[in-house]
Amino acid sequence: MERNPMRRQLAIMRQSLFDQGHVDEQFVQLEELQDDANPNFVEEVVTLYYRDSARIILNIEQALERKPFDFRKLDAYMHQFKGSSSSIGAKKVKAESTLFREYCKSGNGEGCMRSFQQLKKEYATLRKKLGAYFQLARQAGPVETASRPK
Amino acid sequence: MTVEQIGSEGKDQFPIGMRVLAVDDDPTCLLLLGTLLRRCQYHVTTTSQAKTALKMLRENKNKFDLVISDVHMPDMDGFKLLEHVGLEMDLPVIMLSANGDTKLVMKGITHGACDYLLKPVRIEELQNIWQHVVRRKKKDRCNSGSKDKPHPDSGEAAGIGNVDNNGKLNKKRKDQNEDEDDERDENGHDNEDPSAQKKPRVVWSVELHRKFVAAVNQLGIDKAVPKKILELMNVEKLTRENVASHLQKFRLYLKRISCVANQQANMAAALGTADSAYLRMGSLNGLGNFHTLAGSDQLHNAAFRSFPPSGVLGRLNTPAGLGIRGLPSPGTIQLGHVQNSGNPTNDLSKLQSFVPGNHNTNILQGMPMSLELDRLQHNKSVGHIGELPTTDSTTVFPGSGNLVDARITGFSNNPLLGVTSNSLMLEGSSQQATSHTSVSAIGFQNGNALSDFTSIAPASNQLQDSKAGSQGQASPINCNAGQIIRSAPQEWNAPRKDAPYQSHASINSSIPINSAMIQLGQCLDRNNSIFHRTTDLDSVGPLNFVDPLSIKHGEGDNSIMEPSVIEKEGYLMFQPRPHGSHVPDNIGSLEDLASAMMKQEGGCNGYSLRTSI
Repeated sequence: MERNPMRRQLAIMRQSLFDQGHVDEQFVQLEELQDDANPNFVEEVVTLYYRDSARIILNIEQALERKPFDFRKLDAYMHQFKGSSSSIGAKKVKAESTLFREYCKSGNGEGCMRSFQQLKKEYATLRKKLGAYFQLARQAGPVETASRPK
Repeated sequence: MTVEQIGSEGKDQFPIGMRVLAVDDDPTCLLLLGTLLRRCQYHVTTTSQAKTALKMLRENKNKFDLVISDVHMPDMDGFKLLEHVGLEMDLPVIMLSANGDTKLVMKGITHGACDYLLKPVRIEELQNIWQHVVRRKKKDRCNSGSKDKPHPDSGEAAGIGNVDNNGKLNKKRKDQNEDEDDERDENGHDNEDPSAQKKPRVVWSVELHRKFVAAVNQLGIDKAVPKKILELMNVEKLTRENVASHLQKFRLYLKRISCVANQQANMAAALGTADSAYLRMGSLNGLGNFHTLAGSDQLHNAAFRSFPPSGVLGRLNTPAGLGIRGLPSPGTIQLGHVQNSGNPTNDLSKLQSFVPGNHNTNILQGMPMSLELDRLQHNKSVGHIGELPTTDSTTVFPGSGNLVDARITGFSNNPLLGVTSNSLMLEGSSQQATSHTSVSAIGFQNGNALSDFTSIAPASNQLQDSKAGSQGQASPINCNAGQIIRSAPQEWNAPRKDAPYQSHASINSSIPINSAMIQLGQCLDRNNSIFHRTTDLDSVGPLNFVDPLSIKHGEGDNSIMEPSVIEKEGYLMFQPRPHGSHVPDNIGSLEDLASAMMKQEGGCNGYSLRTSI
């Protein structure tokens, strides 16, 4: 099987992740940590992220069902979520978390709900894209650390 | 990773192999952090639980060189962990958070973090964290070498006033400790300073800490320097560095607890000290914090301040006015002195000190109180009152001193406390007060503590009756006061020449105390007059109440008590009842006072006051 087309495709995929703003520089950091000793490091971290953050998302959802909103709690959850999201370089998700927190701070329940919906969308989109990316990466064999998108 | 090189001489390889403990409840972040650190060639241990981290650290402090911890963690706040590590292990700690608020960062620094990183953390940042370890070691080494660790000392001094400094100091301390650790392994010879040499880490047991606190109290938190503390503590194998380090942490702790405590402490300190002790107490004020005297900061100051300047004070001093024959003018002076300390407590203590030796002075002692009362009015913390002259002579006061202290704490409500001291004789010994009771403090919580008096009355030889302390206006100060007082040697016990007298005095005091306390506060101004009066039994004129009191006073043990004593009491009681609390308002009616007091005391009836009135 030719790796080149696959690799090329992989590179394109990767590039689009950056170009579309789904991931940021932090993602590159993850990639750089991947080496022979840790060949699937990026995928591992992302998998861990989705597993752990699902819990937080659930908490937030539940909290949003209880009225009135406990903004302090919501903010705390989101702070946590934001931390992990930023660790993997999930750019859009992180931006949406920041917005959500702003709404929490100003006590804007409507804003929170809207923002959370958007956040979930981005979150899901990213997951899909990264999933496809990793799958291809595994197929393509060890991926050399590509040059930075910038 | 050259793990082997860690700890010992990994100097050449350092920072490779530096042992880091990473703590973060977020698994994603933790995995990332761990991987990043390993990439930097550190030796990494990760845990998602702060408690586990602490456990690991406690098991072996030397297992790690550096700790990196997240700020927001479910089982323990990152800052708490930071504090613990700083206090117990003295390792450099780096805080990590997705939140970069200035306030949070500041909090990290003030809690002693040597760095604050933002998530997501980059490898470049982690590559430099070893500098914190080195910096610390270097400081230790430098400090050690110079025998005299200027940093810790200066740091501590600075720390007191400056949170930031504290943070820095912590670092320094950590450095030093680390250095010490290193030294242990490597060269201890560098430093002749024994502290620099490997020393087993000192464990600050309860006993040791108590000694430490006592020493600091004695010196006054502002003046407590490690060297002196060390001397006072007189513990073998304790080095100045140990003390310095502990002091630094202690100061940080103090800072954190409310400043009300400070106020209270001040009061207690002021009250508790007898003579010199009192003075010291003042300095202890810092300690007061712990105790949380009733915080009548203001009182102290007020009271004290008033002394010197006010005519009242003058009155006191003047033998004539004082009536206290023996009144220790020096005592009064001291009072003034105290004020300067600025801490109310200090003042109080000073007050007490002045009394020393006045027998007759009882009144005098009371007098200062009145003065104080004026001031006290503002401050609840009557605490001063305790000061009452410790004069052993008749004045029961010495004991009162204690009471006062106690009261001071309690004062918050009643400035009277100060007043009571007269009767209470609290003055002398803050300790006494404590022993007695904190009487004041306890009893009085609302100024009505008079009830406490009752207890006093019965017995008392001891004016100490701290019972009088009951006047204690309510304050917890008692405890504190007690503490402070403790430091102040109280003559109170000793002086009593006449046991009966004493009791008498106490009784008197108790009663008056309550009322006095209450009133004192209120009447502060009046006090002056009253005060004045008390001193001169004869001159009692102006204060109506005073007279009666003085007279009756004797009823109990009166016999013993000298008229002056009586006066005191009368005077105390009379303090114009500013509050109107139990004691009938103003002095005008001694009777009222007496009754008021009696009521409060419950048992006070026995007191002559009533009768006398």
